[in-house]
Amino acid sequence: MIVSARETWMGRVVLVVLMIVTILPFLSLFVTALHEPGTYPRGLEWPDTPHWGNFVLAFQSANMLALLGSSFLIELGVVPIAVLIATLAGFALGHLKPWGQSFVFIFFLLGLTLPFEGIVTPLYFQVREMGLLNTRWAIILPLIGLFMPFAVTWMRAHFVTMPQELSEAARVDGATTWQLFWRVHVPLSVPAISSLAILLFLWTWNQFLLAIVLVDDPAKRTMAGALGAFQGRYGTDIPLLCAGSLLILTPTLIIFLIFQRQFVSALMQGSLKG
Amino acid sequence: MEGVRTAAAPVESSGAAALTDERLLLRRRRRRKAIRNLSAYGLVLPAAGFYVFFVVRPIVLSAQYSFYEWNGIGPATWVGITNYIEVFTNPKLVGAILNAFELILYFTVLPVAIALLAANLIRAIAASRLAGVARTVLFLPQVIPLVAAGIMWSWQLSTDGLVNQILRLLGLGGITRAWLGNFDTALPAVGVIGAWVLVGLCLVLILAGMTKIDPALYEAARIDGAGPVREFFTITLPGVRQEVAVCVTVTVIAALASFDIIYISTQGGPGDSTLVPGLQIFYLAFYEREIGTASAFAIVLMVLVLVVVVPLQRVLRGRES
Repeated sequence: MIVSARETWMGRVVLVVLMIVTILPFLSLFVTALHEPGTYPRGLEWPDTPHWGNFVLAFQSANMLALLGSSFLIELGVVPIAVLIATLAGFALGHLKPWGQSFVFIFFLLGLTLPFEGIVTPLYFQVREMGLLNTRWAIILPLIGLFMPFAVTWMRAHFVTMPQELSEAARVDGATTWQLFWRVHVPLSVPAISSLAILLFLWTWNQFLLAIVLVDDPAKRTMAGALGAFQGRYGTDIPLLCAGSLLILTPTLIIFLIFQRQFVSALMQGSLKG
Repeated sequence: MEGVRTAAAPVESSGAAALTDERLLLRRRRRRKAIRNLSAYGLVLPAAGFYVFFVVRPIVLSAQYSFYEWNGIGPATWVGITNYIEVFTNPKLVGAILNAFELILYFTVLPVAIALLAANLIRAIAASRLAGVARTVLFLPQVIPLVAAGIMWSWQLSTDGLVNQILRLLGLGGITRAWLGNFDTALPAVGVIGAWVLVGLCLVLILAGMTKIDPALYEAARIDGAGPVREFFTITLPGVRQEVAVCVTVTVIAALASFDIIYISTQGGPGDSTLVPGLQIFYLAFYEREIGTASAFAIVLMVLVLVVVVPLQRVLRGRES
């Protein structure tokens, strides 16, 4: 490629500027979190004495241990079930290709653009009828359903690319559909499955609307939902609110940094729901 | 049963044995196919069950509620399309829809434009280590809860926040204000938060699209004397059409269905200047207890998203085939 030195130089500058714009709010949040509780610090100013204790204080006053526990229980309810049933459905639709599969697939596709706000009202009454309001099930069960359009589309797209010869060989060896799935296809699908699991983990962790509508007790919500309640209570104490926000977004950052390769490619290939 | 039929076959007619065998084989194959079809649908069943019960059923219920006057507790009365008329005539509700469309400017047009321009400049160094680091960094806003982005930015955009501090540094102290508390600037300010979240996604997508463009095309264009602008419009833009369509789809949905950021940063205020459909549905259903109007608004929102997104999908498909 013919590229002048000036062009590569400009590219670097643009990249760095974009990175600074992205990072600055995080930095400002961090610096603010170190100020004395109850004060109104200015933008980006290193405090005279950094109050590292704010993180401990926020951790305790938000009852963060309970929140973490709650979020992990919700994740534990959502992610394994959603990934398992989406993989089964994606395998059936994309690889076994039963008669009429395209209609079933389009039926799932229809849900792909659905805004959560569109169904949150009837969902409230439905969950109330089931007697699950204010329990973690009120978030877990609907979320599994809401993730299905994306998850099934994602897994189907993966299984469509698996060669049929592979299954034919296994069939000749006498494998049933069930064995074919577990012994041949699941081991070969680990990258696709783990990408899906990471995405669903983050979307569950960050789910806000369902959490605040269906669960009153912040200690039974997702992390994002609990953060909303935390803002309501500590909205006036800026340093503490910032410390709490940092604590709540750190786990997602860690997960992202560990799995970023899978995450970016997953979001890029299937970025229809965010 | 299978076994019995096979055993009975040769007795039927020895003359046409070959033909019967063939027919039997065909029948058995068809039966096996039917069993496989059924078992395949057995595997689809759990996913379909969750989807139907927690997504499709609520949509149908939403449509049903939208024709009722109901406070969620007492009896519901049929009111026909009154709720829909309300959605399209009540200035507050119409305003929410218009706000959502204005947000497209900030959530979609701004990030896609920035991403296209930046990607065009970055293209040459897309394989460098700096670009790799940038990919990670620019993705960070995608990963954190939107609620956290809302809290973070409410603070940056406040009177003493980072934004005003930078403006003062640049000698623009005259225009500083509480951006989210001002009737004229609240919606653009909320839009900036959305743009901040979405730029990284668009940039990474579009950069990935650019790596698929044959470098020989650029060399040919240069040799033919094309300038950077010409190059951008004749090679780059057509080359990333599909990625741009994905960006536009994702970001338009984010704009029309926005909730988290606005709930946290402005709660729809000041006045109704940042009220959007998602927030309005939430208030109508859970504060004002107007389930019918909330449901009608929800149906209108779902239709709006489809009307905007489906044509974009055609652009996407068109490229694939």
